Amino acid sequence: MYKLMLATRYFFKRRINLLAMAAIALCVFIVVVVMSVMIGLVSDFKEKNHSYSGDCVIHSDSLVGFAYYEDFVSELEGEKFACGVSPVIDGFGLMRRPGYEDNIGLQIRGVDPVKHSAATGFGDTLYYHKDNPEKAFENIYEPNLPGSVIGVSIIYKSGSFGEYDHFPVPRDLKFEITCFPLNAKGGLARGGADPTSTKVFVNSDDTHSGLVKVDGGMIYLPFDEAQSMFEMGWPIKRINSIHIKFSKGVSADEGMAKVAAMWAKHVERNKDKTYANLFDNVSVEDWFRYRREIIAPMEKEQTMLTILFAMLGIITVFVIFVVFYMIIGHKTRDIGIMRSIGVSSWSVVSIFLLFAGMVGVVGSAIGASAGCSFLVKINDMEDWLFENYEWQLWNREIYAIGEIPHDIEFNVIAVIVACAIGAALLGAFVPAVQAGFKRPVEVLQVNQV
Amino acid sequence: MILKGVDLHKSYKMGQTKLEVLRGLDVSISEGEFVAIVGASGSGKSTLLHLLGALDKPNQGRVEFRGKALSSFGSGQLNGFRNKTVGFVFQFYHLLDELNILENTLLPAMAGSNSFGWVSRRKTAKESAILLLERMGLGGRLKHKAYQLSGGERQRVAIARALINDPELLLADEPTGNLDSETGNGILEALEEFHLAGQTIVMVTHDSRIADRADRVIRLVDGKIE
Ligand SMILES: Nc1ncnc2c1ncn2[C@@H]1O[C@H](COP(=O)(O)OP(=O)(O)OP(=O)(O)O)[C@@H](O)[C@H]1O
Ligand SMILES: [Mg+2]
Repeated sequence: MYKLMLATRYFFKRRINLLAMAAIALCVFIVVVVMSVMIGLVSDFKEKNHSYSGDCVIHSDSLVGFAYYEDFVSELEGEKFACGVSPVIDGFGLMRRPGYEDNIGLQIRGVDPVKHSAATGFGDTLYYHKDNPEKAFENIYEPNLPGSVIGVSIIYKSGSFGEYDHFPVPRDLKFEITCFPLNAKGGLARGGADPTSTKVFVNSDDTHSGLVKVDGGMIYLPFDEAQSMFEMGWPIKRINSIHIKFSKGVSADEGMAKVAAMWAKHVERNKDKTYANLFDNVSVEDWFRYRREIIAPMEKEQTMLTILFAMLGIITVFVIFVVFYMIIGHKTRDIGIMRSIGVSSWSVVSIFLLFAGMVGVVGSAIGASAGCSFLVKINDMEDWLFENYEWQLWNREIYAIGEIPHDIEFNVIAVIVACAIGAALLGAFVPAVQAGFKRPVEVLQVNQV
Repeated sequence: MILKGVDLHKSYKMGQTKLEVLRGLDVSISEGEFVAIVGASGSGKSTLLHLLGALDKPNQGRVEFRGKALSSFGSGQLNGFRNKTVGFVFQFYHLLDELNILENTLLPAMAGSNSFGWVSRRKTAKESAILLLERMGLGGRLKHKAYQLSGGERQRVAIARALINDPELLLADEPTGNLDSETGNGILEALEEFHLAGQTIVMVTHDSRIADRADRVIRLVDGKIE
């Protein structure tokens, strides 16, 4: 009873508590905002990679690819657990606009737009054919030439907030694509003076995946065109990867296990065929492993930032600790008084823990709610800053994000708040225990801090 | 014999030198007695009183309360002893600034009862606190904070706080040391009244006139009783 009364009195009487509360609130605020944005950025990035890859990818490490895929694709298509299966040609080439001199290097991907949209988020990244991806490669300019879907930032300049102003129809552009086809042994498929294979494609749509390397360095071609350009259709049909999406309700582990088992069987069945050695380079991976080289640096960055923030967190904890140490250090006389009238050591400690808990709870509640409101308004604020001062937090030419992530993760906030309150309690606990367990006279005589 | 100190030694170490304050001091206090402790400044009067009130431990020797050594008390018993058995008035008052004088006075009563006990006890405790403060001449200032009072007023609050739990022993360290003689006399009269009602009092004082009014005077010289 008196414990609560004393704790409340300490809470309301002393102005330094406001400072302590402000310190806690500020720290909680900063950590909540930065953590939320950072977690948002990383999970957004992962989600985009997931969408780009599908759930599962069977792929060859070699540009030569692998053969005997057709039975396997149709076998997979017959399975209930897979709702999208897309064989894909992957390669590299040069792109030149006819009439211009300069070439740029591109990643080339040959897909069936319908199958690929079923297996990955490809269809949703299109601008003109979102709703009818089957027409993604139909160009309106030259019916005789094949269409192509090019990364959006190759042909458009992005606006200040990562948006692209499209024309009502695809721009009238032609791309001359040149590549070096390989034969099934890994040698150049074309001997002679010119080992390259060149073809002109017409712009029929563009893809905006949110991944810088895709949007700025990739062109999708019709599957058959790509296969023949890379000479992967003869003497045996080859591809580089199969992208698979699992049906709703099928867990990733379950789906992966099934695909892996089916693939092992398929390899076994075909092991005596001529090009069976190409299977050696093939692995079955989930999207995360498939994209790990891309995701890993981002995750490293996140780890780095987490470490930095852990350090900031330690400093924060220490600051809060020191504040309470000082507040209670100045109150050791009170502890001596309480002890001399028969208050037990633990009761003294609990009074100061109550007090610190109040400061911690109120301070972190203020900080957390300020952080949440800030996150809710963060994009408006960024817009406002840009409109009035041409200043942008994240330059969208560098960061492939639309708006700043502002999802409020309650468990993250709970952890942050718990740490802040914990720090306050610890900061109060140490000096309270130190003074609370001495003989009353010692505490009364000696000024602790 | 309510309280007894046997062969009390107390010394303070300060670096290399050892300051021996009490050197084998024996003292006993009978029930209902009014004992005055006198001695030069620095002779160890406060130190002795702290030992008797279980606020500090002797280096050697023991303090017995009704024949039982304080050193044999557990921490719970010790807290109970400080809370209920002894009322201690410090030389430097030692009130809590955050509480008003009524709350300061009530603190030992609150600390001595759990939340449920306090609910039933609150009313009577409050009444006796007000009564005590009125007798100390502070009836009109119950809501004032400790830091708003003068030294003498604080001393009187400290006495009221010491008496709130009806202790068997009142240990007072120069309760009139900082007061003018008139106020000092007032406090002394109040204490004498309590004494007449049966209160055992041990009081440290510099003032020989006050010591004259005690039943017995203990003189501290060289860490022993003269
Ligand atoms: N914690 C301590 N550490 C070191 N020396 C101490 C400590 N407490 C008291 N002393 C010393 O012990 C001696 C006795 O102190 P004490 O307070 O008992 O004296 P006193 O008789 O009450 O004096 P006064 O009349 O001035 O109040 C003094 O010399 C003092 O300096
Ligand atoms: Mg003294």
